[in-house]
Amino acid sequence: MAQPFRTAEGGRIDRSRSLAFTFDGREMRGHPGDTLASALLANGNRLVGRSFKYHRPRGLLAAGGEEPNGLVRLRRGGRAEPNVRATLAELYDGLTAESQNRWPSLNFDLGAVTGLATPLFPAGFYYKTFMWPPAWWPAYEGVIRRMAGLGRAPAAADPDRYDHRHDHCDVLVVGGGPAGLAAAQWAARTGARVILADEGSEFGGSLLSGNESLDGKPAMAWAERILAELAAAGNVHLLPRTTVSGYYDHNYLGMLERVADHLAEPADNQPRQRLWKVRAGQVVLATGALERPLVFADNDRPGVMLASAAQSYVNRYGVRPGDRAVLVGNNDSAYPAALDLAAAGVRVAALVDLRPEAHLDWLARLDEQGIEVMAGRAVTGVEGRDGVRGVRIAKLSDDGKGIVGGVGREVECDLLCMSGGWTPSLHLFSQSGGKLLWDEGLASFRPGEAVQAVRVVGAAAGRFDLTACLAAGAEAGNAAANDSGHRRRGRGPRRPTAEEMPPPLAARPMFLIPGGRGKRFVDFQEDVTAADLQLAVREGYRSVEHVKRYTTAGMGTDQGRTTNVNALGVVAQELDVSVPEVGHTTFRPPFSPVTFGALAGRQVGELLDPLRRTPMHGWHQANGAVFEPVGQWLRPYYYPAPGEDMQAAVNREVKAARHSLAVMDATTLGKIDIQGPDAAEFLNRVYTNGWKALKVGSCRYGLMLGEEGMVMDDGVTARLGEGHFHMTTTTGNAASVLAWLENWSQTEWPELRVYCNSCTEHWAVVSISGPNARKLMAELCDDVDLSPEAFPFMTWRQGTVAGLPARIFRVSFTGELSYEINVPAGCGLNLWQTVLAAGEKYGITPFGTEAMHVLRAEVGFIIVGQETDGTVTPLDLGMDWIVSRKKDFLGKRSLSRSDTARDDRPQLVGLLTEDPNLRVPEGAQLIPGSDPRPPVASQGHVTSSYESPNLGRTFAMGLLQGGGERHGEVVHVAFDGRAAPATVTAPRFFDPEGSRARG
Amino acid sequence: MAERRIRHSPLAHLHLAARVVVDPGDAGARMSERPPRAQLAVRGDSGDKAFVAAFKAGLGFSPPLAANTVVTHDGLAVFWLGPSEWLLVGEVPGEQLAAALADRHHALVDVSDSRIAIGLSGPRARDVLAKLCPLDLAAPALAPGRCAGTILARGHMLLHVLAEDSYDIHVHRSFADYAWRMLEDAALEYGVAVIDGGG
Repeated sequence: MAQPFRTAEGGRIDRSRSLAFTFDGREMRGHPGDTLASALLANGNRLVGRSFKYHRPRGLLAAGGEEPNGLVRLRRGGRAEPNVRATLAELYDGLTAESQNRWPSLNFDLGAVTGLATPLFPAGFYYKTFMWPPAWWPAYEGVIRRMAGLGRAPAAADPDRYDHRHDHCDVLVVGGGPAGLAAAQWAARTGARVILADEGSEFGGSLLSGNESLDGKPAMAWAERILAELAAAGNVHLLPRTTVSGYYDHNYLGMLERVADHLAEPADNQPRQRLWKVRAGQVVLATGALERPLVFADNDRPGVMLASAAQSYVNRYGVRPGDRAVLVGNNDSAYPAALDLAAAGVRVAALVDLRPEAHLDWLARLDEQGIEVMAGRAVTGVEGRDGVRGVRIAKLSDDGKGIVGGVGREVECDLLCMSGGWTPSLHLFSQSGGKLLWDEGLASFRPGEAVQAVRVVGAAAGRFDLTACLAAGAEAGNAAANDSGHRRRGRGPRRPTAEEMPPPLAARPMFLIPGGRGKRFVDFQEDVTAADLQLAVREGYRSVEHVKRYTTAGMGTDQGRTTNVNALGVVAQELDVSVPEVGHTTFRPPFSPVTFGALAGRQVGELLDPLRRTPMHGWHQANGAVFEPVGQWLRPYYYPAPGEDMQAAVNREVKAARHSLAVMDATTLGKIDIQGPDAAEFLNRVYTNGWKALKVGSCRYGLMLGEEGMVMDDGVTARLGEGHFHMTTTTGNAASVLAWLENWSQTEWPELRVYCNSCTEHWAVVSISGPNARKLMAELCDDVDLSPEAFPFMTWRQGTVAGLPARIFRVSFTGELSYEINVPAGCGLNLWQTVLAAGEKYGITPFGTEAMHVLRAEVGFIIVGQETDGTVTPLDLGMDWIVSRKKDFLGKRSLSRSDTARDDRPQLVGLLTEDPNLRVPEGAQLIPGSDPRPPVASQGHVTSSYESPNLGRTFAMGLLQGGGERHGEVVHVAFDGRAAPATVTAPRFFDPEGSRARG
Repeated sequence: MAERRIRHSPLAHLHLAARVVVDPGDAGARMSERPPRAQLAVRGDSGDKAFVAAFKAGLGFSPPLAANTVVTHDGLAVFWLGPSEWLLVGEVPGEQLAAALADRHHALVDVSDSRIAIGLSGPRARDVLAKLCPLDLAAPALAPGRCAGTILARGHMLLHVLAEDSYDIHVHRSFADYAWRMLEDAALEYGVAVIDGGG
């Protein structure tokens, strides 16, 4: 198959195998070892996308993770993933990719007309353009979103699995280039637990793309030997295809492993990606450095790429990125790149050196190849719109701020390679809290003082000499292992020596190349030009953080890897200050995009969150219960009979409880066993009412307040023995109440001898309710005297129910005669089934939480979290009767604050709408007048609202300002643009004397 | 009425018995439901020598007093849960303990039905657990014979390290379904075999 730009030989690709792939429907072929980017170039496909704002045609700028232009949509259907960097996408047979950000096609894009309307899109254009009127903002958002933005998210569900994994190590080495490999080797030799992670598919880093030698042999042979040693060691975990994306406190790092992204689809049960959360004793960052683009006119044309990228394409992938090249640089890097291109068969037309003098040693080597070197000159313009056809080269003035000697000469070429110097990759170091120092020689930042246990080595530390990088890596790996408590026995591995390179000649920092009329791009992905940055400064922005946000420079998915230093340089130049005076923007995780799938891991679908099941859950399911989440529990909401809607089912369940017998699974109630000689005193302090006089065998309702005096929880607590209580809490607060009790017991009242133990899970609770409850109990229990005299309301008895050892509590949340039967949880289903069978003659009806809510509201019982919201005192609820005036308790002082003591606070009332069939929505506002149009002051809101088959009408409860004194008044319930009149009543609607529960 | 206890497992709906294999083959992870065992929560002050002595007398052996430790003796495992908290699992000497501790401030709570245990073993058992638990499972604190009260995904577990590649995972009954599903889902990559959990 024709791959016209494939070299005849060389590269780390497997030429014996051919892989088919398509890009925008065009079928092409590549080889194993290719990335999508290298395969596209091999096929002569240089146009990879359209730019974000101006829809300019774009080609590949880089060959690695810093690529800002080559973002594609990979795969189809539910597996489609937008914004994949073509330079990281490994080729597999059958790969399908599409370009993004173009319509109708990549070659003919209508959006490109915005490029013609450039004056309309200056820096911060959306702040300026899409302002008024506010009513149009949603429409503006639609326009902006259609025009701008990167790829589309797939609509179909992702069929793949994503994994999470925790790990711990002594030394985490980030980056598998020469320095990282040396660090890992030296650390591993001490026996320390080592993880070596690298973003690429292969370890080797810069060695994969260069042609250096070590000790006279190809450097990759050395790397392969180290890798074999590490792979064989039992204490090293090698993680290729793994990007460390976040560096958090206490050496906690997040890494994304692309387990199966290089395959057509994952094997059975294999995750596509795995998110690692690593706690590392020591970290060695060998994250390398990235080459910077030069900022000249039309520097974004397809065919303009980084010199190191071109080198990588020829050396690693066996691809010529063009036929005829010009190179331009402000440092030495372009020279070896020119030689590598020439060796691969690319005709090199010229090398342009911004420095006044060329590098003489390199010059001699280029001379041998017949490559012309032009010093003191710059590329000031690019010919060709969809691809480079030539460049203009002009002479720079001495200060580099202008062009001298005319517009210069044009050189024909289809590839322009640029090197604007090197930026150490310090995103992770900066995330770790490390300080960055400006290095004048590098014209970039290098690592300063570290805050966490981290070392930076190699090019990331601003070192570019291979021998020195290897030595620094070895030393850091060894020192990191030592600091984690591991020492090597015997001598260390031999340190290899690289071939001698010509001594470096100082670079000529130049952040903005003069001349030319085209746009000079600083941020390719965000489409930010030098002019945008200059405009931002002229408009008054001084802080680099503000300039960043205003222009969006550095805010793309590439985190401005190729942008940031140039942007700072342009801003500094415009402000006429030095770069360190401008400072730098903050680096934040993630360094590289992390998919939502990886973040979610296996916490999707049924595993999103724990769904706690009672022992009777299976029965509820089998019997058609509709469930409601309460905390993490799933509770039956109601049990619809065939053909019944929710209201019909709830009404039936409510009637059964009032007229005969109903049964509820109350297992989820929180239960706390409280023991100790001071248990009664302890309860006396945490509840608002008195507990010392409670008799053994009796139960009492209690209310707990927070320190601010607001209702926190409630429940019935029974005295099991002199120093032994069984407390119940609301379902949702079981854990927080236990924590609250432990907090007071352990830290404030250690003198009280009391232990609290959760026993929620030990007990299953079946609550039977209704006039026939005692008759049913009599059938199931023969060792407890059930007569009202012997076993009255608000007492408990130990007995045997349905053959099971049980604690029976005669308490009631429904206002009916009720028994809450507690048995060991393993027997819960057994009890439930026995109760249902025995209760059949009474038409026993299982009821869910909604019927329970109606029943309790009819008799005026509150629900914490429904009638209360953390701002409600017991006095607001009219529950003065439970607030002791004699003793002290948590929250008591707060009740006498002027605000909690005032008498016009929202207070609990009943509400009966004029229309008995109107059920007002919970949360609706209470207003004084009949006109609901705003502005109208709210006097409170509806907290509960139901239809009651017992009352034959609807009823509601609410919190109403000064409501305790307003019974009989008419207020209005505002909702849906109307105001429904309702009479204020006492919050109790049924059996006001409470005689039914006591019966 | 005579006592008729029929216990239901919180994993009964997963029909694990039908999946039990004798030979787990090359499955990287083996999972089992352990038989239910009596459990007793014990509270008392480990700084109170008289309490510790009474606790020892009630057990017939010394209780664990250091973090992450378990003492196993004649079918009874005593887990250290905190400076004032232990969990007894197995042949619980309830009455003996109550008598021994009668004079010291303490609490004994029968929590036999609170938790169940899931067995996880096999060459990839640690990898499975590392997906759901943030602790360093290779740390000396979690050597065989040790325990930890910790996190299992978004729930809680009491982890008992039985051997290098073998764990008992004690979870609250209401979380049992979640814990099993999470563990099995995490193990799928390595292959899962359900094995007999012992009698």
